[in-house]
This record gives sequence, C-alpha cells and structure tokens, in this order.
Amino acid sequence: MDETRVDQAVVDEAGVITVDNLWRRYGGSGAGGFDAVRGAGFSVRRGELFALLGTNGAGKTSTLEVLEGLASPTRGRVRVLGHDPRRARRLVRPRIGIMLQGGGFPSGLTVAETLRTWAGTLSSPRPVTEALDLVGLRGRAGVYLRQLSGGELRRLDLAAAILGRPEVLFLDEPTTGLDPESRRATWRLVRGLLESGTTVLLTTHYLEEAETLADRLAIMHRGRIVRSGTPAEVAASQPSRISFALPADLREPVPDLPGTLAGAARPAANGGTVLTTSDLQQTLSALLEWANRRGVRLHHLNARSASLEEAFLAVAEEADRSGGGVSSDGVSDDTVSGDAAMGVAA
Amino acid sequence: MSPRPGTRGAVADGIRRIVALGRAEALLLRRNAVALLVALTTPAATMFMITSSSESGAVEGFDAAASAVTGLAAIALLAAVYYNLVTALVARREELVLKRLRAGEASDSEIVIGTALPAVAVAWAQIVLGSVAAYALFGTAAPVNVLPALAAVVLGTAVFVLLAALSTVVTRSVEMAQVTTMPVLIVPLALCGLFFPLDDLPGPLEQVARMLPLTPVVDLMRLGLTGTTTDGRTVELAGSFGEAAGPVLVLVAWVALGGWAARRWFQWEPRR
Repeated sequence: MDETRVDQAVVDEAGVITVDNLWRRYGGSGAGGFDAVRGAGFSVRRGELFALLGTNGAGKTSTLEVLEGLASPTRGRVRVLGHDPRRARRLVRPRIGIMLQGGGFPSGLTVAETLRTWAGTLSSPRPVTEALDLVGLRGRAGVYLRQLSGGELRRLDLAAAILGRPEVLFLDEPTTGLDPESRRATWRLVRGLLESGTTVLLTTHYLEEAETLADRLAIMHRGRIVRSGTPAEVAASQPSRISFALPADLREPVPDLPGTLAGAARPAANGGTVLTTSDLQQTLSALLEWANRRGVRLHHLNARSASLEEAFLAVAEEADRSGGGVSSDGVSDDTVSGDAAMGVAA
Repeated sequence: MSPRPGTRGAVADGIRRIVALGRAEALLLRRNAVALLVALTTPAATMFMITSSSESGAVEGFDAAASAVTGLAAIALLAAVYYNLVTALVARREELVLKRLRAGEASDSEIVIGTALPAVAVAWAQIVLGSVAAYALFGTAAPVNVLPALAAVVLGTAVFVLLAALSTVVTRSVEMAQVTTMPVLIVPLALCGLFFPLDDLPGPLEQVARMLPLTPVVDLMRLGLTGTTTDGRTVELAGSFGEAAGPVLVLVAWVALGGWAARRWFQWEPRR
C-alpha cells in the first residue's frame, strides 16, 4: 500500500502531469512505422490549465492517450498525480476525467440513461442532474442520443468527463462543433472547475480558446513541442508586423528603420510592403516620421502586435520549410523568412 | 475528494460497475426488436424441434424432459449468449462505446462481463424456465445430480462469452456477424452429440468432436439429468462425479485458451 502512496508535496513540486521525452510509434519499428510523438516534454502544475495546440496530426491526441493511460509510450516517461497512468490505472482513474474526441455512447439510450450508466461505473459521482445543469442539457434528459445535435453530444461528453469530480481533467478538443454561445458556456464551466482547484489539460484548434483559458500552453508540430510558455510569452516570440502600400509613382525605397529585423521588409501579396519588427513602437514612429517628412501617403497602414495566431502559423511555416527540424527547446529568434526582399516591392 | 483505497470493497465496486453496464445493455437489448426476437424465440423453437425428433429421442434414451433441457441449454448458449453477444460487442465497438468505457474506471473484464450480462441473464432464465416446464410436462425421473448440469451451464457460458469476444476480431460490422458466427454456430452444434451419437463417427473425428466446446456441455447435461455417461453407461449419484471430470476439464481448457486469446486479440476500437 505504501509503495503506491505518492507524496502530495512531491507531486505538486514536479507537476500533477509530467511528460519526459515521450515517444509514441505506430506500426512497429520497421520502415512502415510512424513516430506520432517524438520526444515531447512538458509538465502541468496543480490547478492550472495547460493547452496543447497543434495542426492536425501534430501528435496532441497521441500524447493525451498516453497520459490518460489508454496507450503505452514507445519511449520516455509520463506521470499523472505521481503514478504511471497505465500501470497504476486503478489508482489514477478515479481521480481523473477524460473527454475523448467524440462518440462512444450508444445512440439508443437517452441522455439521462447514459449519464446514469456512466455514474454507476464511477467511485464518487456527482448527481446526474447536477452534471446536466452544468452543461445545460437538463431539458434534454429524456432525449435519445441519436436525436441530439453534434454540439449537444459534445456537451454530453463533457458532462461524463466531469461526472466523477476529477482532480485532473483531460479535454480533447472540447468545443469542436459547438456554436459560439455553447463554446462560451463551456469556457465558463471550465473556468469554474479551475477555480475549484481542478487541473486541466486541453487540446484545441481554436487559438482564441487557448488564449482565453490557458495559464500556459505548448505548440506541437510533427510530434515535437516547438514553443511553450504563457500565451503572452509564446505570442511575444513572434515579431510585430507593419503593413502598408506605397504610392505607385514612388521611386524611393523605404530606408532601414530602427528595430526592424534583418531582411524584414518583404512584399505582401497585394503588392504592399510588410515590415517585421521586434519593437513595434520604435519602428512605427520612424516609419511615420519618414513618410511625413517625404510627404508620402501610406495606404492600408496596419500595425499589429504579435499574436498567438501568428506564432502558431509561423511554427507550421518554418517547420515545413526546414523539414520539421525545429529545435524543441523553445523560442528561436530567426522565425522570419530569410529570403525576404529588402526594401520596397516594385 | 479522498482517493479510495483499492482493496476494501473492490469486489463490490466491480459488481456495481458490471451491473451498471449490464442495465444499459439490457435497455438496448429491449429496444432492439430483432436481437430480442432471436434471443427469446430460437431456444424455445429448437427445444420443440428436438423433443419432437425421434432421432434425438434415440440418442437421449427417450427421457423427453432431459432431452428437451439438454437441447435448450445448448441452443441458449449459442443463440442467446454467443450470437447475441457477438452483435452487441461489435455494435458497441463500432460506436466507440468500448473505447469510451476503457477511459473510465471499469476494468477490461468488467466491460465484457457487463455487456454480456443481459444475454447471459436471458439464456439462464430460458434454461431455468424451460427446465421447470419440461419436467412439469413430461418429466419421468428426477435428475441424477444437478451439479454436472450446473457446471455445464456456467462453464459453457464462460466459453461462449469468450468465443463471442474472439469472433468480434474477424467481424467488422454488425451485418457481417451473420456470416462470421456461422462456424461456431454450426460445427460445435452438429458435432455435439445432440443429433446423432458421436460413436458413429470415425475414430479421429470422434476425438475431435469430443474436444469441441458444446460437446462437454451436452455430456454434462446428460450425465447430470439422466446419469448417462459419455460412453453410454448409466451411473448413480456417486458415480457421476468421476464421470464429470473429463468434460469439465475440456471446458476449463476452453476457458483458459479463450481467455488468453481474447486478451491477446480482442479489439477495443474499430479498425480504420
């Protein structure tokens, strides 16, 4: 019994979830095999929401399945609440809640029957009506699952995941297929769970969702973690952008401006110019000063701070260009294309 | 929020989970008219056929009640347990229900047993009710020893639950179950000794037939109900225990083999 006891303080120190050099391979070690997760590592602290972002096939769900104890790692080590989630399934499962990507309830049962069945398999379930209230399905309790909309099914999935009052909640794309209002309702519910001390690991395609909910996040691409930090930190890994169009008759290039990154100016798709800068205010001031002095009219002027979305898109772009060889140790500086043209587009 | 100890009440927890899953499965069975019809009527119809067949009467030694109950048990295991459970497990697998359940607290065997629960309950209820009816209607002598008969039903159920789990490995859809269940539905039934005496077969084939999963069920039923041994002698209560050892051993071997194979090959998710 004592072996299975894990010191709570030790867990909280190391993280409620820890992932260490995780590899997961499908289809054996031969040439036909495929490494879905290639050396991912991160940890989630008690009470925080950690978001895993990534394109389709980035390895998010493959990572989650190992943490949920549904699959074994090919290499590496994961711990959930201090235990191996697969070997110590009996100890871990009563304390975690899992929302899979979808499906998995018989279509011939009603909403209430489904949750009653699920509650019957749990150690300390909430009342079914409470769970229905939390996800806003109280009025649909007697409806057969085959008659529910995709969004309602997703909310039922969520109700099942939180039915056992989990300490750690895994949400795999919880708001996919939800209308904006239901999405916000789900966010409110997740925030409530966070306030009551639940630790949440969430995957999502929606950057807004990660930006709104996550204390920290990681961007996965091709099985690796290529960025991680708070949403602000990850966004700040990207340069800010200034875009504008110059009058067609202008024969003069934009001068080198302070703060712009090497090779920063490049032609935009609409024939305008895009500048990338590490210091938006300084570069923008200099640009406007130059334009005023020369009497140049800047059309479609747009200045934007870095966003999570840009960081996300840059990761995909840069990794594709370099064949997926992005270093896994976080933020790199040279995220802007090296083949960008200097100066003004003709 | 205190984590529960893993040992105290672990069995009770397991039973609670099995019952919860079984109740849901029973609701689904009740709402599936075709499955319910197959499960409920096949054994009764077959029992009628068997009791009215003079060939089987010759094999059974003309004890109509014993003959009916033996046939009923065999058919209930095949139709109500085996066939029903293959379709149920495949349907749940394809609907991702099994995958979902594996993400919960129930163990693998609890999931399979819970899913099998209504099918087994239907089969056992048929055997019990059928036995009462058969002995009330045309019972002559009381059963010699009910224990071999009980062992036949319990072990036979375990074997056919495991065979059902294994059959799902080659069954990609519920419709396909009509084809993939044929070998298990036909071969063991044809060669179980219910329709002709296995002594009629050439030696090696007879040996094979005695190793099939339904044959020991039929042998144990006959032994328990009429005291008829595998080689056609008649024994009393005292002699029936020793005679039961052989068939019981064959069934136990099937359970061990089936359990091992199911653990190894059973698929919890649809193949993509």
